[in-house]
Amino acid sequence: MSGPLLEVAGLNVTFPGRGGETRAVRDVSFTLGRERLGIVGESGSGKSTTGRALLGLLPASAKVTAGALRFDGLNLLSRSDADWQALRGKRISMVMQDPKYSLNPVRNVGWQIEEAYRLHRRCTRAEARAKALAMLEAVQIREPDLVYQLFPHQLSGGMGQRVMIAMMLIAEPDLLIADEPTSALDVTVQNEVLRVLDKLVEERGMGLIFISHNLTVVSSFCDRVLVMYGGKIMEECAAKSLGAAKHPYTRALIQSAPQLERRQAELATVQRDPAWLT
Amino acid sequence: MSSSEAAPVSRSGFRTETSGARLLRLGHQLGFFLLSLAVTFLGLTAVTFFIGRFIPVDPVLAVVGDHANHDVYEKTRLAMGLDRPIIVQYVIYLKKVLAGDLGESVMTSQPVLADLLTFFPATFELATLATIFGVLIGVPAGVAAGAQKGRWPDHVVRVLGLFGYSTPVFWLGLVGLFVFYGKLGWVAGTGRLDVGYDDIVTTRTGVLLIDSALQGEWDVFRNAVGHLILPGAILAYYSLAYIARMARSFMIDQLGQEYVTAARVKGRSFWGAVWLHAFPNIMVPLITVIGLSYASLLEGAVLTETVFAWPGLGRYITQSLFNADMNAVLGGTLVVGAVFIGINAFCDFLYKIFDPRLRRA
Repeated sequence: MSGPLLEVAGLNVTFPGRGGETRAVRDVSFTLGRERLGIVGESGSGKSTTGRALLGLLPASAKVTAGALRFDGLNLLSRSDADWQALRGKRISMVMQDPKYSLNPVRNVGWQIEEAYRLHRRCTRAEARAKALAMLEAVQIREPDLVYQLFPHQLSGGMGQRVMIAMMLIAEPDLLIADEPTSALDVTVQNEVLRVLDKLVEERGMGLIFISHNLTVVSSFCDRVLVMYGGKIMEECAAKSLGAAKHPYTRALIQSAPQLERRQAELATVQRDPAWLT
Repeated sequence: MSSSEAAPVSRSGFRTETSGARLLRLGHQLGFFLLSLAVTFLGLTAVTFFIGRFIPVDPVLAVVGDHANHDVYEKTRLAMGLDRPIIVQYVIYLKKVLAGDLGESVMTSQPVLADLLTFFPATFELATLATIFGVLIGVPAGVAAGAQKGRWPDHVVRVLGLFGYSTPVFWLGLVGLFVFYGKLGWVAGTGRLDVGYDDIVTTRTGVLLIDSALQGEWDVFRNAVGHLILPGAILAYYSLAYIARMARSFMIDQLGQEYVTAARVKGRSFWGAVWLHAFPNIMVPLITVIGLSYASLLEGAVLTETVFAWPGLGRYITQSLFNADMNAVLGGTLVVGAVFIGINAFCDFLYKIFDPRLRRA
């Protein structure tokens, strides 16, 4: 591999608003190889906006600037909409938060998975169908033939998210952005879905950006972690040493998570320092 | 948390049906559906019957006239069965309705059914044409406006729509007649046909375009089109304005949904996501809107029919009302009610085609 898979330098996203601009992402820079990068932070810290900026799917009102945005040697900044569109699904893909909303309610599972494949490959219907069924099997759905014909409202949350993963990986992208892929699921189901994701990412050697607010999941699932606050990266550290993080914000986040063995009358709240954003 | 075996998923709840069981289920659904239609229609006849009994118009006077003496009045009252219990009267009325006997119209001295069979097709022709054009233009316009919210196509559609539903129809009709008939001579005038073309075509369906085409009378056909075009266009404009406005807001709603973003992530183009993903999701509310708009046109667009001297249902009911011609009014009401029942039933059927969540009720 020549360079890093993804190189982001000085990414800024601003949204115009009545009370002036909102700077959702400020000067974010990082590189990513074929590894797992976690992005954590509170709601509104710019995690998801960063993810969507990498897909070119922010609302038209958003203003995106960057010093560099390179994917596998391609300069994304200078590419047209059509170029970007050819990249989506095929090279970069995204698993979204809640399958209840991210699957189209009036299309069946098979149609939605095949669509992702047929948009990028010339193939017959039978080939696409076989591929979709294989993909359903790969996300550990036991009766692919049956699930193939179901509609999203007939799926449980865990099944829906497996279908989502199947749909987003069928065209074999090199980079997957997982935007809170398990936050909408029950805790018991979360682990199953994570295992499915883990296995596929490993087998296919993809790069993964895992966006989450769950520190435990991120620290056990990823190689590296970026901690974001107010659109800015506060700290970058190895996932294993997240417990030894130095930045006061990261420490505050860790402390505000409840722990079973340590009984507390009150959970610690995060004390924010405006100086972090300057 | 690295790779270990995840538990496979079991969904034994979704066994595939055998074809026999499927037929049986569909049969059940159809039976239930027809039964609910019958009950609704029964309710409708009850409403028209009791309206007829409780409004302060004496049905006997309507028949015998103001100057009849007491004997004649009493005889007629007994002959009409008005001395019998109200439930019995209702059953008699129901039997007559089912046999197609809606009484005689005082105004036209013809059976009400025969009147309705000539007036309703005229309205049907106009309303259907208007709705077809309203849908063909209104739906794409609304979808395009919603997809490009705040840009120029949106402004164009919104301004045209605003003009459409805020301009009085009689004004638009008169101006249209003045310009396109009076000045330019592009279209024919009022009524359904020019005088010379009357009675050439024998009435089969009552819809002139169909009857004349079936009988190969293309001169009549062309003349009928000339008469239809202006009132049809004006009603189409109204229904278009309404349909486009609703389609636009449904579309804006759906385009904000996550599954649209998901489609884009997969590599769909923006317009691909609009038509293949968002559009099928607005079908149910859109069908409702189109159904209601069509039903309200079928009920008779009184103002348009008056301006264009169109012999339609709206004018028939209104004139009967002014003449206290109760049989005609109730007959017309029955038709309007039946039209609503029919359109609702058809919409229900379409919902199930377009939304899998509504199947297997």
